[in-house]
Amino acid sequence: MVQESAEKAGQPAMSDFVPTKEQTAFQRVISSQPFWVTIALIALVILMTAMEPSFGTSENVANVTRNLAPFGIMALGMTVVIITGGIDLSVGSIMGLVVIVAGLFLTWHYPWYIAFAMGLFSGLACGAVNGFFVAYVGMPSFVVTLGMLSVARSLAVVFSANQMLYQFGPDAPIVKAIGQAKWPRHGPEDWAPHWIPELSSQFWTMVILALIVGFVFNFTAWARHLFAIGGNEEAARLTGVPVDWIKFQAYLFSAFTASVASLLLLGYNGSAINAMGQGYELRVIAATVIGGASLMGGAGTAFGAVIGSAFLEVIRNALLMAGIDSNWQGAFVGAFIVLAVLLGMQTGGKSILAASLAVLMPKKSR
Amino acid sequence: MPVLEVRHVSKNFGAIQALSDVSFQVERGEVVGLMGDNGAGKSTVVKTVAGNFPPSDGEIVVDGEVCHFHKPVQARAKGIEVVYQDLALADNLTAAQNVFLGREIKKGFWPIRVLDKQAMIDRSAALFRELKSETRPRDLVKKMSGGQRQAVAIARTRLSNAKLVLMDEPTAAISVRQVAEVLELIRRLKAQGVGVMLISHRMPDVFAVADRIIVLRRGSKVADKDTGNTSPEEITGLITGAIRGE
Repeated sequence: MVQESAEKAGQPAMSDFVPTKEQTAFQRVISSQPFWVTIALIALVILMTAMEPSFGTSENVANVTRNLAPFGIMALGMTVVIITGGIDLSVGSIMGLVVIVAGLFLTWHYPWYIAFAMGLFSGLACGAVNGFFVAYVGMPSFVVTLGMLSVARSLAVVFSANQMLYQFGPDAPIVKAIGQAKWPRHGPEDWAPHWIPELSSQFWTMVILALIVGFVFNFTAWARHLFAIGGNEEAARLTGVPVDWIKFQAYLFSAFTASVASLLLLGYNGSAINAMGQGYELRVIAATVIGGASLMGGAGTAFGAVIGSAFLEVIRNALLMAGIDSNWQGAFVGAFIVLAVLLGMQTGGKSILAASLAVLMPKKSR
Repeated sequence: MPVLEVRHVSKNFGAIQALSDVSFQVERGEVVGLMGDNGAGKSTVVKTVAGNFPPSDGEIVVDGEVCHFHKPVQARAKGIEVVYQDLALADNLTAAQNVFLGREIKKGFWPIRVLDKQAMIDRSAALFRELKSETRPRDLVKKMSGGQRQAVAIARTRLSNAKLVLMDEPTAAISVRQVAEVLELIRRLKAQGVGVMLISHRMPDVFAVADRIIVLRRGSKVADKDTGNTSPEEITGLITGAIRGE
């Protein structure tokens, strides 16, 4: 009754206080961080292609896409973890352990699929331990995965007896073929003209994985629950979402992506060293954050994970091509991490870019 | 038959007696205000009925059936929904996504069971219309007013066709205008035959919507009065202990 009389008296309605229109798809895209990173990436690529003839060659494109792929693959797993509001610092070390375990089985002349399965198994075991302590014991993910970073690397060193493994058994050519496969192929017997880059198996694995993760994020209840956990874990629990189980799966998936990246690199390199993946965790987290995932949880996309990795690798490559001392890479990458997050920062529902535009060009109606 | 009957319920946590021999009923379409000072046992009553923990003694009867709840899910299965004080919404999801959180509508066949987004949006829009709320299903909860958030939380309870809705301080920390809106939502629940238990500190709000007021003091029920037969002064006296109850 109170409300009806208030409305009759011509008092302001709810619509006066909150925006009346729903956000359109276009506005959503414009205000998203991956969109701006993509624009920046395209601008950087155009600039570099124009300035440096060797940058735009199909060889360099193949090279860049191959280099970024392991990071893109792991960034997809990291995104899943970061959406829940956690972090996985152990992915680099898991890579090291996986490559050594798979490498050992190859040196013992096991078939390649047994070696890969054992590598994958060791990686998933690390993920399961992470997930168990974070989800079911309730420890902070930072601490648990920091511990795993140390443990997995140490195990890799112990198992390998601190030796490089390269004398693989009879299946060595198959392993190499997997890691070095390319499509499409140039050459007289193949159809691809020279200007089409020969894209690596790593790249295609990343693309397929990204499409699957993108589909899952957009169309499944599992991902809905994942985002809800990042937004308000207690709320998700109260509504009956299996919070612990989903968090556990997130760490398992992150370890899975690290294992896949590791096995592909094993094939590409044709050897296994226990230092593989050292420091990768920070690059993966950087890529994920540049791609728009929020370390506070509740936000992230598959596209963002890939585009963030691509952005980092293109900057690295561009600096090399431009002949800038490689010691400067860290400074540039660091600056871009901060810049990208600054651009995507939401202030009062607007991105900081939109907010500063509004200050510079105030609307006349106000 | 009352939708909820609480029979001689006691609850102790170790040496602390939180509730002692509390009995009351809630009928269909009845709004019951539950009042009391901090520590009087209001939350314990809510949590016992909502299934967060079982009572130490006595029983909870829903629709004539004696129930033993150990988890909130069990209470929900019997048609008891709680609108929590902090609303338990995920800010980064839309209104429709929050309404359906944990019970999404899916379509297709295993292994590709995908979300039926349109069905969820349509159903939430219908729920908001039913509640006469201006909440839009595709809006992010983050950008909503306190009243709209309440509407989302209440729409959740309508989705499951709850028989009894427990509301914990729904009018705390929102503006005067939004309070009017929330009270209106409560009246709509009542009109649809839902029993509502309103836990609140705010006397005027309770008097505006409740048919009956139950007062707890130090874990015991001290009054159970029709709103028409009492006054804010009397209730205040009962809460503070200035007036002796039953």
